[in-house]
Amino acid sequence: MSWTRIAAMTRKEVLQIGRDPRSLLIILVIPLVQLFIFGYAVNLDVKHVPLCIYDRDGTQTSQDLLKHFQATDYFDVVRVSDNYPDVVRNIDHGVCSVAVVVPPQLAESLHSSGQASVQAILDASDSNTASIGMGYAQAIVQSYSAEIQISWQQKQGLAAGAPIVTFQPRTWFNEDLESMANFVPGVVAMVMAVVGAFLTSLTIAREWERGTMEQLISTPVGKLEIQIGKLLPYFVIGITDTAICAGAAVWWFGVPFRGSWMVLFACSMLFLIVVLSLGYFISVTAKSQLGACQMALLVTFLPTFLLSGFIFPIDQMPVVVQWITAVLPARYYVSILRNVFLKGAAVRLLVGDISALAASAVVLVLLATRSFQKRLG
Amino acid sequence: MRIRESIERIRQMLKKEFIQTLRDPHTRWFLFGPALIQMVVFGYAATMEIKHVSLAVLDQDNTQESRELISRFSASPYFRIEKYVTERDDLREGIDRGDFLLAVEIDSGFAQRLRNDQGASVQVIVDSSNSNTALVALGYLNQVGASFAHAYQIDRMRRIAPQLVSFAPQVDLEARPWFNEGLRSEWYFVPGVLGNLMLILIMNLTAFAVVREREIGTLEQVMVTPIRRWEFILGKTIPFFLIGSFDAVLLALVGTLWFGVPLRGHIAVLAIGVMVFQLAALGLGLLLSTMAKTQQQSMITAFFFTMPMTSLSGFGTPISSMPLFFQKLSYFNPLRHVVLILRSIFLKGVGLDVLWPNMLVMAAFALLTLSVSILRFRKSLE
Repeated sequence: MSWTRIAAMTRKEVLQIGRDPRSLLIILVIPLVQLFIFGYAVNLDVKHVPLCIYDRDGTQTSQDLLKHFQATDYFDVVRVSDNYPDVVRNIDHGVCSVAVVVPPQLAESLHSSGQASVQAILDASDSNTASIGMGYAQAIVQSYSAEIQISWQQKQGLAAGAPIVTFQPRTWFNEDLESMANFVPGVVAMVMAVVGAFLTSLTIAREWERGTMEQLISTPVGKLEIQIGKLLPYFVIGITDTAICAGAAVWWFGVPFRGSWMVLFACSMLFLIVVLSLGYFISVTAKSQLGACQMALLVTFLPTFLLSGFIFPIDQMPVVVQWITAVLPARYYVSILRNVFLKGAAVRLLVGDISALAASAVVLVLLATRSFQKRLG
Repeated sequence: MRIRESIERIRQMLKKEFIQTLRDPHTRWFLFGPALIQMVVFGYAATMEIKHVSLAVLDQDNTQESRELISRFSASPYFRIEKYVTERDDLREGIDRGDFLLAVEIDSGFAQRLRNDQGASVQVIVDSSNSNTALVALGYLNQVGASFAHAYQIDRMRRIAPQLVSFAPQVDLEARPWFNEGLRSEWYFVPGVLGNLMLILIMNLTAFAVVREREIGTLEQVMVTPIRRWEFILGKTIPFFLIGSFDAVLLALVGTLWFGVPLRGHIAVLAIGVMVFQLAALGLGLLLSTMAKTQQQSMITAFFFTMPMTSLSGFGTPISSMPLFFQKLSYFNPLRHVVLILRSIFLKGVGLDVLWPNMLVMAAFALLTLSVSILRFRKSLE
């Protein structure tokens, strides 16, 4: 091990990165773009569901009921139909996701038998919006039903109590239920995984492909020195990206930060070691930039996006998929970040996640070091 | 005569491309393996449904009423009672540790207040570090509360005035989810995953296409041959188009046979939609390829485009919840259109009469990117 040789290796890599300022700029801008999109554009809350109404009753009662649908911002009434084929067409063409059809004689059957039902047609090709929209519609009809029941009871001379059970929820950790606070850890993890594994996956493959590997092999530099020297610049880029992400999240988007910056950066470095080694390992095995890139995509971008618990909650996945997420370092990192940002949790609550991350770091560093042989062919 | 020569040159170029792409067993596997694995795993993983919210209960009232309320939680398919605790501190500690998502605390005097018609309130703590799950859980909570209240009221009426019970007016909602009757989220996500995988595969392959030759230095060799530029571009893109088509068929088969997603529309419309989308993705990839000097640059730029395209495609989050500006912006995103087309053909079974505007946008996108990249390619060589 010689520090001079490592420094020389690093210098070469830095020069190479510096020759391509466009890529460097993009790498530093990507986290901001992602944060911007998740901060301003993407929203998991289902609101303003486009609604079509078709009132076949046309009485005061049916109008009252439909007013309840118009009054919330869960639904936007985009069409008022006056025949059934029109309703079907609106759903087919995606003009509306939900159609509420009031049957004829709603008022009359309520009056005579006390029972009536309203139909809701849902475009369930988007099952998420459909099931949430169904919940909203159900709640609206339920509250309407409760209202008329109470006024009926009062008319009958039965004392009607107030709504009798109310839940008083207190939301902890993310009091305003901001989805941004929910996304930030995921965005940070995604950016780090990509910058780490994605970029490094090309460094060794590039040398093989361009034929400069032979030159590198003929120098006295050792394989561990190559590894450290090559990864160091990317480590710095990764940490810079983390700082940009976290800083923008806290100071621009107002995401609460309750834990310690120390823990954040220590864990981020650990995670960077994981992804850098992973990228290095891929790079050594793939030998072509195309292959390395495809492999890096396979193991970083989509898994971090879909399997880390960033958007889709892990405990709701099928058990087999939950096992798969257990070997995904990003999962632990996302969990740590969420704790550090929102819960400000003490380190003792993070021991499990941190040790899982450390274990994967050890495995991957070993794998990366052993995989590279300093010889041709 | 000239056309025949042209075809012959393209044929030779294709031969070279196929040999180059399929020579390496690694690459051969990369063309199909990852997409298949991802399709299966992500088909299962991507679910927005929140079933079984974990819950802890502290019952300090211990009456028939409080137990009735708790039994409504245990009977609900949406909740799973993780723990019955006896100490308040256990609730807080468990929420901190993340053992459960929801802590329900019924104070003593709950039943008494109900009987006196005073209305009883129940304290609930929700771990909202995942704001979406928390919101959904709060919705379920209110449903349990409403159904408990309703049952309690009917029960009381039965005691005071049994003859009136059946006349109490009541309106129900009869929900009919069309196209996906079981509200299965795989049916919703699988077509979207297909679109995303196609984008990533094709864009990455093409983004590498030209720049690879340039980086290795073989582009000059190709250029001294009599091949024309547009022939070269065709020779570069046709293989990826074919590989993409093969992958699309494979993924569609996994979707229908493995996940049981119905194909209700016409298969020809599906084929047209996927092919037009492939052209759009090819065009974008090619454009990036002509603008880049190295493969790394090309790949980073491709990634720079892929992430926002995925986020703004309506694949995971509803477009109708985005601010108006981004809704408009997403019209320029071919991925948004293909996700909609795939869902509509698979689940709704609609045809070209509904989907033609989306097809048109994708076709325009393909035309624009492809022609710009041919022009740029010309320039970049001179």
